[in-house]
Amino acid sequence: MTSAAVDLIIIGAGPAGMAAACEARGLGLSVALLDEQASVGGQIYRSIEAAPSERRAILGPDYAMGQSLVADFRASGTDYIGGALVWNVSKDGTVNYVRSGKSQTAVGKSVLLASGAMERPFPIAGWTLPGVMGAGAAQILLKGSGALPKSSVILAGCGPLLYLLAWQYLRAGVKLQALVDTTTRSDYLRAAPHLLGALRGWRDLSKGIGLLSSIRRHDLPVYSGASRLSVEGSQQAEGLSFDHRGKRIRLAASQVLLHQGVVPNVQLSLALRAEHSWNPRQLCWQPVTDAWGRLGDMPIYVAGDSRAIVGAKASVVQGRLAALAIAERLGLPKHAASRAESLRQRLRIYTAIRPFLDSLYRPRDENRIPAADDVTVCRCEEVTAGQIRGYVELGCLGPNQTKAFGRCGMGPCQGRLCGLTVTEIIAQARDTMPDEVGYYRVRPPIKPVMLGDFLA
Amino acid sequence: MATEPLFSIPQSTGMETVTITFEGKALTVPAGINVAAALLVGGAHEFRTSVVGQVPRAPYCMMGVCFECLVEIDGVPARQSCLVEVRDGMQIKRQSGAVDLDGTNFGENHD
Repeated sequence: MTSAAVDLIIIGAGPAGMAAACEARGLGLSVALLDEQASVGGQIYRSIEAAPSERRAILGPDYAMGQSLVADFRASGTDYIGGALVWNVSKDGTVNYVRSGKSQTAVGKSVLLASGAMERPFPIAGWTLPGVMGAGAAQILLKGSGALPKSSVILAGCGPLLYLLAWQYLRAGVKLQALVDTTTRSDYLRAAPHLLGALRGWRDLSKGIGLLSSIRRHDLPVYSGASRLSVEGSQQAEGLSFDHRGKRIRLAASQVLLHQGVVPNVQLSLALRAEHSWNPRQLCWQPVTDAWGRLGDMPIYVAGDSRAIVGAKASVVQGRLAALAIAERLGLPKHAASRAESLRQRLRIYTAIRPFLDSLYRPRDENRIPAADDVTVCRCEEVTAGQIRGYVELGCLGPNQTKAFGRCGMGPCQGRLCGLTVTEIIAQARDTMPDEVGYYRVRPPIKPVMLGDFLA
Repeated sequence: MATEPLFSIPQSTGMETVTITFEGKALTVPAGINVAAALLVGGAHEFRTSVVGQVPRAPYCMMGVCFECLVEIDGVPARQSCLVEVRDGMQIKRQSGAVDLDGTNFGENHD
């Protein structure tokens, strides 16, 4: 089924997508928004319309802040299509998706990719065991269903989301076994020069400091500067081992929640063959765009965390800026330069803290590039770090070739959970930069779809 | 399979529930949540076995990117349980290794 072209199709109902929809509707554009989840909000404001007040109280003010954006979005007149699995976006603005078991097509004069972020993989020994999940995943469980850990749980890694989850769990009365923090003294030293710049975003900075001191007030064992993390267990997680102040420590737990930041979800822009570059500060791939988020000369834009990690507030502004540019390109009255300028000013404030955060919570090399050969890298096809290094010895130059060597990256997740690790392992083994090594060639369908869906 | 659940949902009064089965065992869970969340609070530790080593796996991302939460739902194999809402009477089974293409009703019974 193909419908008439709308002015703008947005993919993703998170902060960037919803804000872009509101802005574009305000400028008179017809807008359709497709999202894979059953409800609006993206991951950051997940289930915000359905969450009861006790749950919102646990999640805190930053979550509740999403309510007004969602309300504006609902009132915007956007054609919102939830539960839509987008599996292809073409350069001409055609979008293919599956919804309710039926293949459908939508055509946009322009398309905005706002597919957000995903948690960075945390490839250490035992990370594939049941009982191990991302801290972000556990937070999604809390947002979506109010589920809280019932058994002994350890939070491990670094980054704002990890500390936020610790704070939320403590507020909910969950007893945490420990917070195992991988941030070291040298991380603080590296971040220090960025502190002055971060002061321009002082609200964000003071919020973070308040969060950390509130966690410390609780009776929660914190192990700072932990290294050589390893999840113990054979059939499921039984504990976490790590080095701390020169000693090997083993803590028993049936759940280990790992986190070391989030990375852009770039499957769609990669499948479009848009140019991408390695972001050495955030250690991930990002699409190359102009200042408005446009991909080359395509009628396709990217906003929010799927362009580079900027956080929810900056994503809102990027979404609005992209909508302004799209409206102008479609020949609607030229937007007021002052509107764009005031948005840009806000963007500068909201992103001021990023260099400091990226520097302080830069995931450690050992947690991105496993030193031990037996650590699983590709979870789907069960390919280890040692096997990948073995492929390089045999002449494998980049991630695409690892597929032929051992099916690495060929499972249903299509490389999402191993791609960054594979790139960095090969770059290290070849003693070169990730840009030289490249990434998997991502092709549509970007998610597995059933043949039956096309026949339905 | 089900031992002590890793997660629990605090009960509130008047909470609507549905009954699903996992590996033949009935589970009463809150309505409106996704299958992965329902199985986790229902005490399932192992959702599937991996395709190469046949070792146990369970949800890792809860947002549709990792494909670790694949289960068979009402006869349709390899469904991402974190993206499917629970429905009363839903029959869920563990996904064992790679999908067997014989005798499964692909493309039907979707929601």
